[in-house]
Amino acid sequence: MKLKSLSHHFLKVAALALATATATAQDKLPTAQVNTTGLAVTDDTVTVGQLHSATGTMAISETGSIQAEQLAIDQINAAGGVLGRQIKVIKEDGASDWPTFAEKAKKLLVSDKVGTVFGCWTSASRKAVLPVFEKENGMLYYPTFYEGLEQSKNVIYTGQEATQQIIAGLDWIAKEKKAKTFYLIGSDYIWPRTSMKIARKHIENVLKGTVVGEEFYALGSTSFGSLINKIKLKKPDVIYAAVVGGSNVSFYKQLAAAGINASKQTLLTISVTEDEVLGIGGENLAGFYSAMKYFQSLDNPNNVEFVKAFKAKYGKDSVIGDVTQAGYLGPWLWKAAVEKAKSFDIDKIVEASPGLELTTAPEGYVKLHPNHHLWSKLRIGQWQKDGQAKVLYESELIEPDPFPKGYQ
Amino acid sequence: MPLLFRTLFKTRGEALAFGGFLLLLLVVLPLALPVFRLNLVGKYLTFGFVAIGLVLLWGRCGILSLGQGVFFGLGGYCMAMFLKLEASDPVTTAIQSTPGIPDFMDWNQITKLPMYWEPFKSLPFTIFAIFVVPAVIAFIIGWALFRRRVGGVYFAIITQSIALIFSLGIDGNQGYTGGRNGITDLRTLCGWDIRSENAQYILYFLCVVLLFTVALGAKYIINTRLGRVLVAIRDREDRVRFSGYDVAMIRAFIFAFAAMLSGIGGALFVLQVGFMSPSIVGIIPSIEMVIFTAVGGRLSVLGAILGCLIVNFGKTTFSEAYPDLWLYLMGGTFIAVVMFFPNGLAGLLEKIPTSKGKYAALFARFKKTTPVVTTKTTPISDEN
Amino acid sequence: MGEYTSEELQSIFIMQGFSGLSLFSVLLLMGLGLALIFGQMGVINMAHGEFMALGAYTVYFCSHLTETYAPTFGPYYFVAAIGLAFVVCAALGALVEWLMIRHLYHRPLDTLLATWGLSLILQQSYRSIFGAREVTPTLPEWLMGSYNVKEGLDIPINGMFVLGLSIVVTIALITFMYRSAFGLRLRATVQNRKMSAAVGINTGKVDRLAFALGCGIAGIAGAAFTTIGSTGPDSGSRYIVDAFLVVVSGGTASLLGCLASAFGIAQAQSILEFFLEGTKGKVATLLVIVIALMIRPQGLFPSKVRGN
Repeated sequence: MKLKSLSHHFLKVAALALATATATAQDKLPTAQVNTTGLAVTDDTVTVGQLHSATGTMAISETGSIQAEQLAIDQINAAGGVLGRQIKVIKEDGASDWPTFAEKAKKLLVSDKVGTVFGCWTSASRKAVLPVFEKENGMLYYPTFYEGLEQSKNVIYTGQEATQQIIAGLDWIAKEKKAKTFYLIGSDYIWPRTSMKIARKHIENVLKGTVVGEEFYALGSTSFGSLINKIKLKKPDVIYAAVVGGSNVSFYKQLAAAGINASKQTLLTISVTEDEVLGIGGENLAGFYSAMKYFQSLDNPNNVEFVKAFKAKYGKDSVIGDVTQAGYLGPWLWKAAVEKAKSFDIDKIVEASPGLELTTAPEGYVKLHPNHHLWSKLRIGQWQKDGQAKVLYESELIEPDPFPKGYQ
Repeated sequence: MPLLFRTLFKTRGEALAFGGFLLLLLVVLPLALPVFRLNLVGKYLTFGFVAIGLVLLWGRCGILSLGQGVFFGLGGYCMAMFLKLEASDPVTTAIQSTPGIPDFMDWNQITKLPMYWEPFKSLPFTIFAIFVVPAVIAFIIGWALFRRRVGGVYFAIITQSIALIFSLGIDGNQGYTGGRNGITDLRTLCGWDIRSENAQYILYFLCVVLLFTVALGAKYIINTRLGRVLVAIRDREDRVRFSGYDVAMIRAFIFAFAAMLSGIGGALFVLQVGFMSPSIVGIIPSIEMVIFTAVGGRLSVLGAILGCLIVNFGKTTFSEAYPDLWLYLMGGTFIAVVMFFPNGLAGLLEKIPTSKGKYAALFARFKKTTPVVTTKTTPISDEN
Repeated sequence: MGEYTSEELQSIFIMQGFSGLSLFSVLLLMGLGLALIFGQMGVINMAHGEFMALGAYTVYFCSHLTETYAPTFGPYYFVAAIGLAFVVCAALGALVEWLMIRHLYHRPLDTLLATWGLSLILQQSYRSIFGAREVTPTLPEWLMGSYNVKEGLDIPINGMFVLGLSIVVTIALITFMYRSAFGLRLRATVQNRKMSAAVGINTGKVDRLAFALGCGIAGIAGAAFTTIGSTGPDSGSRYIVDAFLVVVSGGTASLLGCLASAFGIAQAQSILEFFLEGTKGKVATLLVIVIALMIRPQGLFPSKVRGN
């Protein structure tokens, strides 16, 4: 094939993905055939939208996703684009403000007629744009691990829903550490609250353990002194944490300062990725565990290529967290769906999506479930001083179940 | 009627400006803009209600509230509760463990609609609540503070703390308020799809008409005796008190009135945007609403509305083109307005056609900078 | 609490007392600079949090330099960085006063708004210079960890450090205010500006120095907070409401009031957070303060010369 003659290392990844798709630049389909609903598709280009917070409080978290999506799009373009069309990106800034997200989503779909949108990070921003996507029949690839309880025709969730992230992780820690008592701590919004609800049900009903405390702190809280004293009093086997944003840093620094470290206390978190470690500092986390589907240190050929390409583009100091990797999957999944459907039409993409497989994903093999979530593995990583995780455990592929029976 | 006209408009120019602006909003924009952009204008205009309240409260009466977002939020949440209940009929929510209650309640294991949600099944009650709830809460807060002669910076900080408490309270009671996500996915108003293009046109016109009704009402207050008392309170509170006026009561009243206007704005916001979230009731949006007012002109009703339009339009376009520059520009504009044009855009525009004498007088007042801390003497001209 | 031994409860009691104390020192450091500026000019500096962030970024910058060029200096750089944070913030404060604040003294409410505009600009500059991500300086080993008094009783070293620092800053400030010639001029200006000017005090200069000093203290506070939290472009805004409330509850021109209200608020929050969970503790604290202010708006230690 034509692609094999190209030797640039970026393209190897792309070429692998293309193996599943038959349409390349050689047999290009006419625009009228691939675009029957008036999207921004020409003979040579297709326009997509990217909707994240470049400013405001969430910019910290969303930067990684923006970068990964851009990287994937560049790689796809270098490999010949989608159905022979180069991807053009319109970037919009949601500014960490949910009404702005809704406004920009509408602009992308109504004024710009984009083929798809990669974007959103927080649950709140997704909830704000969801009605817009459903009404205007747009497509959204959403990268963050999230609380589940949602399934939309117009959204592909490339991160894990809550049960995928929680249940296997709790099983592991209960087995490895013989843990019986758990202290649940989270930031005060829907994702930690739903996650803790599922965790509590699993601990109480399946693991037959006890939850000795469950607390939620406002986003941005920086004083955890009283909480830490309560932890010391209750002496749980495991601290189970879903603290996010700036609070994270204060929480772990203060834990470390209060003498709670990995030698005395087991801590499992579902909210710390390599991105967060950058702010918290590896020395404050060393020995604690994270449950994620992806760690930058994963040792497989796909990931080695991905990390290399990412660092080549964004500098050697850049790190890749779970959500960043999930963001990277979005453009590839969309491309695969478009090429399977041989059309940019939203309805045809939706029809083609279930069952799509991606063998080139940095996290390994993923498969798209009819409920628009991905089958994925769960990994437990133990944080090291250098800010990377040592992967200790890897589950089988877990079926996504956004509406888990018995956990509601 | 001519008497009323003269009460409302002091000069013909003013009446013309008012009419021209109304024409722009009612005819020119709907013809020129696609419905998506028009809907955005409608959203900006909902902040105009808050801004008009701030003109009365801050520009005229000298009370700076940094908590207007709370009242905007109260009105908005009342409306959102009604719409959410309508969107949560047992059929569409059949997938839930408890069908028939709002989705976020179901996610939080609430199995029964809380008592205080019940009345919001009725539209008349909801409309009543939109007007009354913000006003009553504002009156209680205002009365408690003004009676003890709290004003100036203190009042600003206390209202700001209230905005923080309110947004934290919403965050912390996710099962009853929708938490940080807010109340989303609102679809219909008594069976009428508020997301359709048709509805968005109608809601836009409703918003403009209501806004101008409120604007006329505010002008009426400004140009009658109450308006003059307000200015007197701002400039020489003690003299007004000695003259026998109940200063605390008047302040509390105007605070409640401004809160009611904010509540109306909030309700219209929800209708046009389709959701309500605590991110528009907290500290930062509350300050932003003050900015709109300051940029447009804190003394002028029309200016304040203009300020809302211009700042928000700038925000949308600039943040589309240069997201990084936007905050510099916004911060810089705001400093410039506060330092050099305390009357805002309206102050600038009003001065252009008038005689040189007045212009000079303005400058003379502006230069009269005594470094003594005498708080209330704002070097702002009082003519409308 | 029957299931715990009395020894455990005792340890918790001590640690809880300490966590209240360290919150107190945090609030005090935040409030002092603000109180000085507020007391002096009746100006609420909305950019106070951004000056704190600037202090924190200064420490981060120093940490970065030390790591790159002089790793042996690692254990000691932190002390020097705090000093530098003070200087940097004070310098910027003086500049801001000269460009902006001095033109607005007769309009305190407008100062509040103008400084908010300033805070937007500062936040965006941090984002442009240091990036949107949170950063954390590499702290010297001696600051980390805890002092283990006995089994189950650990006192955080960074907490002790912040407490010590806030005591030093407070004593220095009080000495400066009540034992130095500048302090005398400052107090005179606050009491009667016209008379002070008439007897030859350069009130403009006094104002500038006071504002710079307040900003410098904010810088120290920000530097100290790198030991307990992270630094991001908008981390300043996280502290600002707490800082305002400390100052407002303390009463206007009184450093003593600031001390007392910081102590009261810290203990209230620490205790409420122990018995209530998370957000509810914070909301309860804020409600208590606001209701207290409604009942006693003049604060704990009202000054007699209120400009109202």
